[in-house]
Amino acid sequence: MTMPMYVSPEQLMKDRADFARKGIARGRSVVVASYATGIAFVAENPSRTLHKVSELYDRIGFAGAGKYNEFENLRVAGIRYADMRGYSYDRRDVTARGLANAYTQTLGTIFTQESKPYEVEIAVAQVGSSQQTDQIYRLTYDGSVTEERGFVAMGGVSEPIATALRERWAPDLPLAEVLRVAVEVLAARDEEDPRDLAADDLEVAVLDRRRPRRTFRRLGGPLLDALLDEASATQDVPTQDDPRPGLHDTLTQDLAAVDPDATDAPADTRAGDTTADDTKADGSDGEQDTTNPQTQRED
Amino acid sequence: MSADQGHGLSLEFRTPRGSSFTEFLATRAPELLPGAGLRAGGEGVVEAPHGTTIVALSFAGGVLLAGDRRATMGTFIANRDMEKVFAADDYSAVGIAGSAGMAIEIIKLFQVELEHYEKIEGTLLSLEGKANRLAAMIRGNLANAMRGLSVLPVLVGYDLEDRRGRIFSYDVTGGCYEEQRHHSVGSGSLFARGALKKLWHDDMPEEQGLSVAIEALFDAADDDSATGGPDLGRRIWPTCAVVTEAGVRFVDDERLEELTQAVVAGRRGNPGGAR
Repeated sequence: MTMPMYVSPEQLMKDRADFARKGIARGRSVVVASYATGIAFVAENPSRTLHKVSELYDRIGFAGAGKYNEFENLRVAGIRYADMRGYSYDRRDVTARGLANAYTQTLGTIFTQESKPYEVEIAVAQVGSSQQTDQIYRLTYDGSVTEERGFVAMGGVSEPIATALRERWAPDLPLAEVLRVAVEVLAARDEEDPRDLAADDLEVAVLDRRRPRRTFRRLGGPLLDALLDEASATQDVPTQDDPRPGLHDTLTQDLAAVDPDATDAPADTRAGDTTADDTKADGSDGEQDTTNPQTQRED
Repeated sequence: MSADQGHGLSLEFRTPRGSSFTEFLATRAPELLPGAGLRAGGEGVVEAPHGTTIVALSFAGGVLLAGDRRATMGTFIANRDMEKVFAADDYSAVGIAGSAGMAIEIIKLFQVELEHYEKIEGTLLSLEGKANRLAAMIRGNLANAMRGLSVLPVLVGYDLEDRRGRIFSYDVTGGCYEEQRHHSVGSGSLFARGALKKLWHDDMPEEQGLSVAIEALFDAADDDSATGGPDLGRRIWPTCAVVTEAGVRFVDDERLEELTQAVVAGRRGNPGGAR
């Protein structure tokens, strides 16, 4: 029988951290950023069904980067934790801080005790009544947690993205501007070879602070195109949803035509935008899409 | 064991399992399941408030669900403005008759169950799926039903695939039956059903559907002491939920007042409602 070789705790932890970091760096990045009326999640993710961003609870969202099965496992655990807490106490007693604490304990235990650490970075964000009360927590593979002000970039090669965001992010930006900034910094992560990220390569969702209960909404279709288009007057998501489930794709201008009070788009630019009716083909006809159900109306 | 025991997401939270919250709760904290504390109790009948009449009917474009507001305990009126109609999720509503405490617990769990599935799977449960989940919960309450704590729900919902409103009724053993046109449960349901049979028409507009539901509740209250009639003095109106393609919506008080006053006025001098 051979004696197991002695490895110092320092070396062991360093090896584990290197391993986890390498795994995370292979994936693509995610940006979570607060804006005037909510918190935006922008992930580079060509899949429409395997999500990196998810609803955890009424005002709390989740973003994961790194190994899918591992952050998916954490996402589901978080939903169970939140639903259980909300069910046994009250919906108000579910907080991002509580979830971040639960995650940090879990990741810390896994990092030191399991045969392999999780190769993940996750963010838990809670939208507050104002931008000052928004909370964004970033958690890494070893269980360390930090509360970030305003924005966080993680996964992949996140350092240059975070640096670029630090220069360009500002409080009180409208959603459209924050999304454009996020997409540009995600596309420019590799300085030699900047890419062009289209709406199809992105997974975008928001926690909209103006909504009363469940605030999480996925964005897609013509609405996302309009938000990413600098020429468009659409600056924010409508506060009311399409009648049927599916991607949140009602254009702000469309809604403005029906109800002038329900929009954030400036009145003078509204009339000039002609894309609204032409592009709204998605969801209203043909096959039903019952996925992405975060499209409830307010009662 | 409770929700805040220990820190972190213990292995139970992370074990791959189905997307049912009820099943998760049964392994993690079974004491939180509806009626769990009562299961260990002795024999005998418990006296607790009971809710009474619920009517459901279909109309052109959807289904609606209405309930009176009275809860009784024997001959005693326990509550005059109880809510017995709830939104289960965006596209379904559920009304309950029977033991009020049990029913509210079951509805609360049912709501979390549907939302939990939605979040985990990223898609809505089908309307049949919802109806079957509710059936399982009612079946789980059978032991309590034997002691007089029965819960009988009616589920109405908009089927996004079939593009129509549907009504599901239940029995205490968890049997789930799809109803055509209209249905009623609770102590006053005998009378409400009679009224529904006479007043319901195919393809009624929503407004007329609401009037018919209110009139059916009026008839139930007329002959059943446990069902609350329109309380004009206190301005307490029945709860009405309308489910259409656009989701669940509760009818506001002004409109209910208008409709109820019209029904009451129509019955003045004609209390039996003969046509």
